[in-house]
This record gives sequence, structure tokens and C-alpha cells, in this order.
Amino acid sequence: MTGKPNQFILSQTLLELAKEDERVIALVCDSRFSAHLAEFAAVLPRQFIEVGIAEQNVVGIAAGLATCGKIPFVFTPAPFLSMRSAEQIKIDVAYSQTNVKLVGISGGVSYGALGTTHHSLQDLAVMRAIPGLPVVVPSDNRETALLVRELKEHRGPVYLRTGRGPVPDVHEAGFVPKLGKGCLLLPGIDLAIVVCGELVRAALDAGIFLHERGISARVVEIHTIKPLDEELILEAARETKAILTVEEHSVYGGLGSAVAELLVQNRLSIPMRILGIPDEPAIVGSQLEVFRYYGLTLEGIVAEALKLLGVDITDIKTDIKVKGA
Amino acid sequence: MTDQERAALTDRARRIRGHIIKMLAAAGSGHPGGSLSAVEILTFLYFRRMRYDPKNPQWPDRDRFVLSKGHAAPVLYATLAEAGFFPVETLTTLRRFGSILQGHPDMKKTPGVEMSTGSLGQGLSAANGMALAGKLDKKDYRVYVLLGDGEIEEGQIWEAAMTAVHYKLDNLTAFLDYNHLQIDGRIEEVKSNTDPVGRFRSFGWHVLEVDGHDFAALERAVDEAQATKGKPTMIVAHTVKGKGVSFMENQVGWHGTAPKPEEAQKALAELGLA
Repeated sequence: MTGKPNQFILSQTLLELAKEDERVIALVCDSRFSAHLAEFAAVLPRQFIEVGIAEQNVVGIAAGLATCGKIPFVFTPAPFLSMRSAEQIKIDVAYSQTNVKLVGISGGVSYGALGTTHHSLQDLAVMRAIPGLPVVVPSDNRETALLVRELKEHRGPVYLRTGRGPVPDVHEAGFVPKLGKGCLLLPGIDLAIVVCGELVRAALDAGIFLHERGISARVVEIHTIKPLDEELILEAARETKAILTVEEHSVYGGLGSAVAELLVQNRLSIPMRILGIPDEPAIVGSQLEVFRYYGLTLEGIVAEALKLLGVDITDIKTDIKVKGA
Repeated sequence: MTDQERAALTDRARRIRGHIIKMLAAAGSGHPGGSLSAVEILTFLYFRRMRYDPKNPQWPDRDRFVLSKGHAAPVLYATLAEAGFFPVETLTTLRRFGSILQGHPDMKKTPGVEMSTGSLGQGLSAANGMALAGKLDKKDYRVYVLLGDGEIEEGQIWEAAMTAVHYKLDNLTAFLDYNHLQIDGRIEEVKSNTDPVGRFRSFGWHVLEVDGHDFAALERAVDEAQATKGKPTMIVAHTVKGKGVSFMENQVGWHGTAPKPEEAQKALAELGLA
């Protein structure tokens, strides 16, 4: 399992689950192709509901289905699902605790070239503020497949964000994620890089790069933004000298904010930096171009880590360029 | 419907109106106008038509009722109490701290409430989901939903109206409580929200118009809805906001104002319940 888009893996996994359990229903808003659900629709037409371009309506329909014992998965682009349907999610899903799985596809800057209308850089902030709604952002194919299996069995709502492009592997065979539990990917004592989603590989590579140069970077993946694995993050803050968070999201309200809130309220005052998309309409380009522009790359993460630690970056920076990160 | 059956429903509706007045007076706030206008619709559904078991509110084969205009919670609570979902004495805890009866219905708190509502425009979508599930499971339960005439100014209603037609949800029957008033004034003054009959018909619904306070007319309409195959039915119920209490009838000011004790007494006297 490697190198495919997470949303492709999610839909493939869901098709397997739906064949075994007819309670599983996939709902789309004219989004079956971008959600990789055309095969699902062809193989299991009775478990597939096309709602058309109506993101508010689809959430309510899913909630109604859930009250009748179905396990609905709603697939529509994250920018629309998280913002246009925010109120339906708040009332029909989270407050009512209906067993609806909300899948924000093409999240973050997956649709980087399409402009702000199609960027979802506030979804984690909005969803995280809604009581009773777990928020999940998987990193690689293995984790996506396993989390979807867990979420199908988990009784209750969830918001899960996937991306559109292929992603590199992060986890080894045998790895099993657990909802609400982070993953220590690399031990270290100088600083901790806390990261989610499709930037996990870059952060892990940055951590390895730093280790090779004598800086002991810890890398912690948080696939469940809410409920947050507080122990793992507090431990990282107690056992290292600085925290760098990295996310494909606004610097407001996402993973970095969640970590900062936790640290401050536990009297942990250590140097911290939230690396993400600044408070502006994001630059337009491919996902990778946007990442490069905002330093959401191995090079950018290393530079921020060194800055946090007060290490002179000049020599190392040249080195990175040579390595062609 | 025999005269005796109609008289029993009329008496039930009168008791429900009495509960509404008493609970709103006790709470000191709430929505009498749009609760009173829908009394016959709920009375007919719960005491003449719907299949349910108050001892087992989650019975999978039950008929469902969604109060999309959630601010009319008092009429739903009063009806559910009369139907035996919880004691009538609970009604006067409306809006009190810790009560199961909050200002807008919460399906997790109140037995018999099928969907949490209060933010207008959302109930028809949920009802679509319930009707779709009924079709998928080949169950014969029916889904009813009550919309407000101000509420259908919300865009989501029309998204849901299209879906109900697309999926031929003939197990879904909607009522429009067409009392012509919303908070800011007459519907026509607030928005050119005219001709709901023509609009739902143009969306592909089977549309009927009835006097929403006439049990026999409601029965004929619901029978016709049940007999109509391949499309959902909208029953546009012509109603009077504040119906049954002379000084509240057709008064926009009674949309969201509770009666004071002396006004409640006067209302109950009119209803023959003082």
C-alpha cells in the first residue's frame, strides 16, 4: 500500500466495508468522481446516494439516515462541507450525535491552483470548535485505510479530511493507528515537531535530517486533532526544549492552536512556533508550490526548527539545497 | 370520520391548546402563535393517523414526525405528553434549567422527538433521510414533516424539495403551516414568498390545499398523500396564527411573546379550561 491519494484509499476501503455491511451508505454532492466513488456507485447502487450540488441538504439527509440505523459517509470537498454546511454539521450531526461520517475530500490546498474558493484552510478550526465532533486528518495510505475501518465501527460522528494527491508512505507495515492517539515517529530531546496530515512525511524527513546533523528532533504525528492526545504532547513539551507545529491549515485554530492551548494551560512555557498558512488568502499554485512558498517543506521545517533552537542556519541551509529536498 | 371521532379530536386539540398556554405562561417566554396554528395538524397525526409506541420511542417501524419549524416546540411537547411519551406535569418545566423541554426540541433529551430542530430550513433534509432509509429497508413507515411558511424562505428547503422528488419519496408527507405571518410582519411584506402551492408543484411535488383546522379535510388530504405514488406530497394547510385564542389570532406580536398570567387566564377561559 503506497503512494496513492488518501481519498482513493478511503473510498476503496469503504467499498470493501459496504459489501460486508449494507448499513454503510455513501452520499455525494456531484462529487463521485473526485471522491473515487464511481466504482462504489456501480457495484452498490442501493448504498449510494447522489444528492446533487447541495452540501447543506446532504448533511441533513445523512443525519436522517443515521437515525434509522444507517452508517452514512458524506463525501464532498472540504471547503464546502466544513463552511457551507457548518450549521447542519453543528445541529444535525454533532449536537444530535447522529452516526454520520463527514469526509472532507480535497482538503487543505489539494485544489491549490483553483483559488481561495477551493482551499480549505479553516476546516479544522471550524470543526474543532463544534462540541461532540472528533476531527481526523490521516497522513498516509495505511493510516487512512485503518482509520476508516475504525471509524465505521466507532459509534458517533466524525469529520475526516483527506487530500487529492498521491502521498508518500509514513508508517511501516504492522502499524495500527488508534483514534485519539498520536504516534511518536522519531524520538528526540532537543525539540519536538508536531505535525498532521499530508505534511507528516516532510516533517519526519526534516527530523531525520536534523538527527544526522546532531540535533535530536522528536517527531510526533497527531492524526486526531480532537480529541487531542494530550499526554503525548505534554510529554514532548516536558522532554524537549521547543515545539514546532506543522499543518496544511491556517495558523489560526488548527493543530498549532490546539497544542498552544494545551501547553499554556499546563504552565508549560517553552519556545513554540506554529508553521502553517498565514492569515491571508493563500497563494495560488499546485499543492507543492503552495507548500514551498510557505516553507511547508523539509527545508522550511528544518529552518524553523533551527531558528527555534537559536542555531545558526547558514551552513546547514546550503547543505539542504545540495540535497535537493 | 364520525361526528363522535371528530368531537374527540376537537376535545384533544382543546386540551393541547390549554397546555400550550399554561406552559408558555409558566415559562414566561416562547412562541404561542405558530404553536396554536399547528394544533389540529399534530392532533390529527398523533391521535388519528400515526403508528408509534410511547413506551418504545425508538421502535424501528414507527411513523416519524419532524417539527422543522422547531420554535413551535410547545405544540410538539403538549402533543407528545398527551400521547404518553412523558407525563403532562413535565410540560410546565418548559425552558427551565435542567428540563427535558428546552426552547427548541432536542432529540437526545425528549422522548418522541425525532430530530433536533430550531435552526430553520433543516428538517426537510432529515425527513428525506428517514424516508430514504424506509425505502432502502422496504419498511412501510411514513415520514411527516411540518414546515413554517416563513421557514421556506431558507434555501436548504428547496435543495431538499428537489431531493424528495428525485428519489420519488412517496412515503414522505410535508405540511406547510400557512398562517401568513413571520416575526417581522406578513410573509408577503417580508419577502415575495407567494404561491407556495405553485412553487412546490413546479418542483414536482403533489400539492394539496386544505383548511388546516378541519380534521376531516386533513384526513382526506393525508389519505390522498398516502395513495399518491412516485412523488412526495405537500399539504398546504391554511391556518390562523394564534388559532383558538381570540386576542392572539392573526396578531404578529404573538409570534414569540408568552402570555402574562391574566392573559393566560383569559385564554384558558375562552378554551373552556379555566
